Parts: sequence; structure tokens; C-alpha cells
Amino acid sequence: MNDLLRRMLFLPDQASDYARQVDGLHYFVIITTMVAAAGVFATAIYFFVRYRRRSDTDVTPRVEPKAIHEVIFVGLPLAFFLVWFAIGFPQFAKLQTPPKDAMDVYVQGKKWMWKFAYPGGPNSLDVLRVPAGRPVRLLITSRDVIHSFYVPALRVKQDALPGRYTQTWFSADRPGRYEIFCAEYCGLAHSGMIGELVVMPPEEFDQWLATQGRGVAGSQDGTPIAGEPVRPASNVIEEGRRLAGEQGCLKCHSVDGTRHIGPTWVDLYQRNEKLQSGKSVQADEGYLTKSMMDPAADIVAGYQNVMPTYQGKLAPPEAAAIVEFIKSLKTPAVQSGPSEGPVYESIPRK
Amino acid sequence: MSPSHASDVPVYNPRNYLNSPATGLKSWLLTQDHKRIGVMFLVAASVFFAVGGLFAMLIRIELLTPGPTIMDAMTYNRLFTLHGVVMIFLFMIPAIPSGFGNFLVPLMLGAKDVAFPKLNLLSFYLYMLGAVVALYGMIHGGADTGWTFYTPYSTTTVTKVVPILLGAFILGFSSILTGLNFIVTTHTMRAPGIGWNRVPLFVWSIYATSIIQILATPVLGMTLLLVAVENAFGWGIFDPARGGDPVLFQHFFWFYSHPAVYIMVLPAMAVISEVVCAFSRKNIFGYKAVAYSSLGIAFVGFFTWGHHLFVSGQSAFDAGVFGVLSMFVGIFTAIKVFNWTATLYQGSIAFKTPFAYFVGFLFFLVFGGMTGVAVATVSLDVHWHDTYFVVAHFHFIMVGATVMAFLAALHYWFPKITGRMYPEGWGLVGAVMVILGFNFTFIPQFLLGNEGMPRRYFSYPERFWALNVASTAGASVLAMGLVIVLVYLLISLKWGPIAGPNPWHSRGYEWDTASPPLPENFEETPVYTRGPHEYDEDSYANPPPVAPEPKHAS
Repeated sequence: MNDLLRRMLFLPDQASDYARQVDGLHYFVIITTMVAAAGVFATAIYFFVRYRRRSDTDVTPRVEPKAIHEVIFVGLPLAFFLVWFAIGFPQFAKLQTPPKDAMDVYVQGKKWMWKFAYPGGPNSLDVLRVPAGRPVRLLITSRDVIHSFYVPALRVKQDALPGRYTQTWFSADRPGRYEIFCAEYCGLAHSGMIGELVVMPPEEFDQWLATQGRGVAGSQDGTPIAGEPVRPASNVIEEGRRLAGEQGCLKCHSVDGTRHIGPTWVDLYQRNEKLQSGKSVQADEGYLTKSMMDPAADIVAGYQNVMPTYQGKLAPPEAAAIVEFIKSLKTPAVQSGPSEGPVYESIPRK
Repeated sequence: MSPSHASDVPVYNPRNYLNSPATGLKSWLLTQDHKRIGVMFLVAASVFFAVGGLFAMLIRIELLTPGPTIMDAMTYNRLFTLHGVVMIFLFMIPAIPSGFGNFLVPLMLGAKDVAFPKLNLLSFYLYMLGAVVALYGMIHGGADTGWTFYTPYSTTTVTKVVPILLGAFILGFSSILTGLNFIVTTHTMRAPGIGWNRVPLFVWSIYATSIIQILATPVLGMTLLLVAVENAFGWGIFDPARGGDPVLFQHFFWFYSHPAVYIMVLPAMAVISEVVCAFSRKNIFGYKAVAYSSLGIAFVGFFTWGHHLFVSGQSAFDAGVFGVLSMFVGIFTAIKVFNWTATLYQGSIAFKTPFAYFVGFLFFLVFGGMTGVAVATVSLDVHWHDTYFVVAHFHFIMVGATVMAFLAALHYWFPKITGRMYPEGWGLVGAVMVILGFNFTFIPQFLLGNEGMPRRYFSYPERFWALNVASTAGASVLAMGLVIVLVYLLISLKWGPIAGPNPWHSRGYEWDTASPPLPENFEETPVYTRGPHEYDEDSYANPPPVAPEPKHAS
């Protein structure tokens, strides 16, 4: 029954017990709505037929309501509405009250990605891993504008506000992969701000978290461990690659030649870029650095002014490392090996 | 229309507001006649409706396939912003109150004009000025914020939001002046015999609308000004990076914009109350309940704004309070729906075009209203908030109710305003296409929302594809229906058959004068001994008096 109704209403998978409870209310609401609407329409259609105009001189009697009519008209809907509320509000209150033993995950929305951080330090971009069967509390904030963290399969949504933390929680009941959307309009790539919730068997999750803790799997999710002391860079280019992943550069700039939100980095160095202003500029070290610090100054023709400034977020050696990384991206190098692809784990789309 | 009484032989009234005192452009632009101002509002709002509709069609075409279809993301983001701004501020808020309201309120009260005719003209010019300023911003850069202008996005975006905000600010003044005029007119200019219990239901609803316009619009004006100041000068009012509070904006904004929904819907209800009586030839079932529920909606409408903020970090207690209060709007709406339906009982129902739109209206209002109460149910709203379910819900209310009522009004009062009839057969064809097209457009969107597709998405995962195709297909039928309506109405303006003073045999007071009305509305101040919705045997045995045709100066 649940599954039939769920499919009829196009509701997504139910990844948690909470989702099933909310859907139960949903079915109740939709059924009462449909029955009430059908009642009103059936009455109206009966009247249309029964009382259709038969001649231009038809006369009609005066009909005035009794008080009881109006009481029914008010009381009946009010009763149903209050029942809906009486079921829905406790559900909402439950969603607002994480259990004490919940595991914390910090969620940060920024244009246009989700960053997840675990209390031990590990963090990842766009992929949220949680253990099945354990309550997870999300502490949500934003770095720029309002985003909204939304997992349809969990029936959970919470705004991510800059300068503020909000919270919500869930307990996914079995391993699986679910979409994370941004539900609050946040600019150019709002509809591309899609992440993935990976619910893992608890023991696998523990294992994963432990490897993250050792710092080895920094490359696995494309991001190193927050708060870790600067690693001695054996190779400046490698360091640039790591920083580009960490700073989210690769969300907008591809390293395989694909056109994306920003210009691709392949063969960018020394390229002549035509600017929006009509001028053109050679993409040398100076231009690349300036574009990180003051992105709005010289916009390449055909692209939008959407990149945030990295002034104060990148130390000079870090910016230099990214420039070195960009310099290293030459077509032959890419052709000789497998595609670099995005540095974070790819998200399979259903 | 075939008249049933020989005395009703249609004659085009030779002296009416359309040709007297003059017909030149200047005589229109400088007029203080509420009827001419109403017509100018109607024409302007209809043009903006067409513009907003064109944007809507482009949006639906873009969403035909996942990924870019006919435009890039930035263009799309600007387009849905313009669609919202044009439809809400330039069409839905002014169309019925400023257009039909201006034309009809004085006629329905037996008055010569509104209380402040010059203010009335000013309100039209403010409307045009606001439209020009907003359109300037749209052409030069355009905003990509959505019509809600949520901060801090709107205060940091590089697009041009300031002109559009200023445009909306100016439009607010137009709205306030119109509301003020109607309130004073209703209080002071009723003809002898029109006590408060004989005020036509149309006027009751417009009166309730005016209260909202006067009380809520200043809050919007202030808020938009604050956003413009923050955007232009970088003051920290809403942007937390500068010490502001982003949720404060949402409270301010919805304090206006939620009641604004009733600025759009109450006038629609005003039209429907008239149409249902005229075409079922019945007295309204429960005059007081229908009249006072308008005031109830206006009042409760001020205490529901928080239901837009359930997932914004608002406390659970607040959410509960706003959830319950929101449901009361549903109750007042239910009263109206039940009373309209009961009005049909033992009536004499003529299934003309305006009545067809009433049927569409009833359907959309019931589903729009019920889904409205459903989204006020907090735990369900968490899933639906900012998804296509909400898009479908508010289009059911705002398009389904407001546009249905607008079209019903356009057909019902077409003979009143122009003195001519539209073609009934084409009218029904248009109505069927509009109603079916509308259903096919928005029912799939309810399901898209259930499935989890967030609104304002330029692109979407492939599993949402089929429903988006269905929605776009529906939108095409809807658009074609509206084009048909536009074409035959334009043709009827010049070639439609002469209607006569009261082609519907309506008992509404506004029909007690010639159609089109005389420049001064009535030859002499009318005196009323009956209510405006009385169709019962006693009163109908003697056909309603019709204003005598003015004599030719021969």
C-alpha cells in the first residue's frame, strides 16, 4: 500500500523511518483533499445539470442559509485541518530535536558546492558519508548566500544561512546513495549544486572514517584534512593540484578541456584570452594571480562574473602553487594519460 | 445575444464615456473619469500579462530538456525573475482592483466617480512610471534574484537589481493610492438605499483588498529601499558579512508578500461572487458569510507570513503558530467555496463563457487552497518547501484563481465596458483550452515537487524529464487558448454585435445604467430598494429597470 501510493504520487525512495511517517501524513492529506474536492465538484456538477437554464424567463426561489449551514461550512474543514496539524507538528518538532547520541557533521554551503566536515577533521566536497542506522546531526551554515540543504529521500530540508548555524538530523535506515539538492536559489549554478548522500554499512563507515583520520584518503574525496599542518610539498605542481581541489577551483574550471562555469585550465598558460571588455590579455603568471585575487577585473568573453575573490584566502605560496599547476596542464600531457576528470569522486546520476 | 424582451432591443448608446467629452488621446491621458482610468489600467495590465506570459513560455521551453535547451543559465535566471516581477507587480496586483475595480466600484455604489479622481489618475501614472523604471532595469542588465529578492544574494549580485527594486517601490505607491480611494469611496459615496448590507460583494472584496494594500504595501516599500541601499552603498542591513541579518529580510518581505497573495486573490473572489449570481440567476447563498469572510481573509492574512520560513531556522514554536494561523485562511476560503456552490442550488444556470471560467476557478481554488493548507502542515512543508510543488500550488491560486477571474470579468463586463458582445462559441473554445492547458501545465509540477525537483532550476537530473515535457506541452495549449481569447476580443471591440444595456439580465447595480455607461455614470442619482444579488421570484417578476437611453438632441 505504502509503495503503491508512493509511486502514484511520484515520491522518491524513503531512506528513513521519518520519511515513511511524513509520507503517511501525506497520504492522509491527499486522500482527504481528494474526497473533499470530489464532494464539492460532484455537488456542483449535479447542480449544473439539474438546474441548467431551460428558458430565458426562468425564475428562481430565494434561498437563504440557516446558521447550521455556515457552522458546518466552517467546522468541517477546520476539523480536518487541525487533525493534519496535530499529526504534522509533532513530526516537525521531532525533526528539530536531534537525539543526544547523534553524530555531528558540519555542512557548509558555498557557491556551488557542499562541504562536509567531521569533528575529527576529515572533510569532503559534495559527498556526505554517513553510517546506516545511526542518528546524524547536521550543523549547517553557508559561506556566501543562503543555500538550502535538501535530501528528498529523507524528506529533510534546512536552510544554510551565512553567519549562522542551523541544524537538522536524520537516521538513514539502510545503505544506499541519494541526491542532495540546494533548494534555495543561489545564483548561476544553483541547479548544478548537487551532492550525494552515501549511506554506508556502519562498520565500513568506521573504517572509512579511520582512514580519513590518517590523512591518506585525502585524495579519495579530493580534499585534504582541515586543520592539518601544511604538508611538506614534495612537488609544487602536486601542491597546486591539491589546493585547487581544496579551494573548489575545479568545480568551475575543468582540467580536461571541457567548457564549464569558468574557462578550462588546459593550455590556459600563455593563451591569448579575449575579454568581455573587448581587449585581450595573455594569461601569464600575473594575469592568473590577479584573476584569483580580483576575478571581476578581467572577465573572459563568454563567461559570467561569478567567481568569488580569493584575496586573503590563499597565501602567496599557495597562489603560486596553483599557477604552477595551471602551467603544467598542457594538451600533450593530458592526451598521454587517462583524463584527469574531477578530483572529487564522481556522482552517478540516476 | 438574443434579447428576450422587445424593450431590450440593443442600441449603441450614442453618448457614453468612450466618446464623451472627447475621443482624442489627450482626453484619455488627462481624464479623471474612473472608467477611462480603469480601462487604461486594464489595457496596460493585459499588455504586461502578455509579456509575462511570453517569459513563461520561454521558461517552459528551456525546461523541455535537461541541460541548456535554448539559453544559458544566466539568461534563464534573469528570465524567471522578470516573469515573476512582471506577473506579480505589473499584472496580478493591479489588474482586477485597479482595472475592474476602478471601472466598477463607483458604478456599483451608484456614485459619479471615486472619492479622489485626481489621485486616481496619479495612481495610473505612478503605475506606468514604476513599470518603466523596472523595465529599464530589466533591459539594462536584468536581475537574477527571483521576484523574492532574497538577501544576501540580492545585495551582492552583480546584476542590476536597484532599478527593479525602485520600480516596485513606485508601484507600491500606486497600489496604496488606489486602495485609499476605494476605502473612502465605499464609506462616503454609496447611493441612497445602499446600506452596508446592500454593498455588492464585489465591492466588499475590493474593500478588504484595499485595507491590505494600505497596511502592507509600506512595509514592502521600506524593505525594497533597504535592499537597494545595501546593494548600492554596501550598508550592513541584511548581509551578515557586513553585520546584517539575512532572515530579517524574509520576515519583512513576507509580511507584505503573503498578504499580497490576498491582494491578488480577494479581487478574484470579488469577480466570482458577481458571476456566480448572474449566471445562476440566484441570490447569493449567505451574503454576510461571503462578505465578512473577505474581511476575515484580509485580517488573518497578516498573521501567516511565517509559513514561508519553516526551514529558515525559525523556532519550532513559531512554525507551529504560523502553521495554525495559515489554516484559518483556508477556513475563510472554504466558506466562500461552499456558499458559491450552494448558490447554484435551485438556480437557473446559463453555461456562458464567464460561467465556464467560474467552473475553472472553483476547481483551481479548491486544489490550490487545499494544497495551501497542506503546505501549512509543517512536516509536509519541509519536503515541499522551494520545490515545484510550491510552484504548482501558488500558480493554482494565483493563475488558476486570479487569471480565471480576470478572464471571467473580461467576458462578463465586456458588454458593460465596450457596449459590444464577444462571440460566445469562441469564448467557450478559449475557456476550455485555457482550463485544460492550465491543468496539464501545473498538475505535473505538483508531482515534480513530490519527486523533489527544487524550483528555479535551470537544469535538472534526467529522472524529472518526462514530467517537465508534460508541463511544457500543457503550457503550449494554455498559451494557444489565451491567444484565441485575445484575438476574438480584439475583433469584438470593433465588430462585435451591439450588446444593449444589460445582456445578461443581471441584477448587479452596475447594469442599471447604459452600456457603455454615460460619462457621468447615471442620469440622476439612483435610489435602491433592493439588494444587488436579488434574483428571487418577487423581485424578478418585474424585470430590473434599465436606464433610459439618452435622448438625441434632434
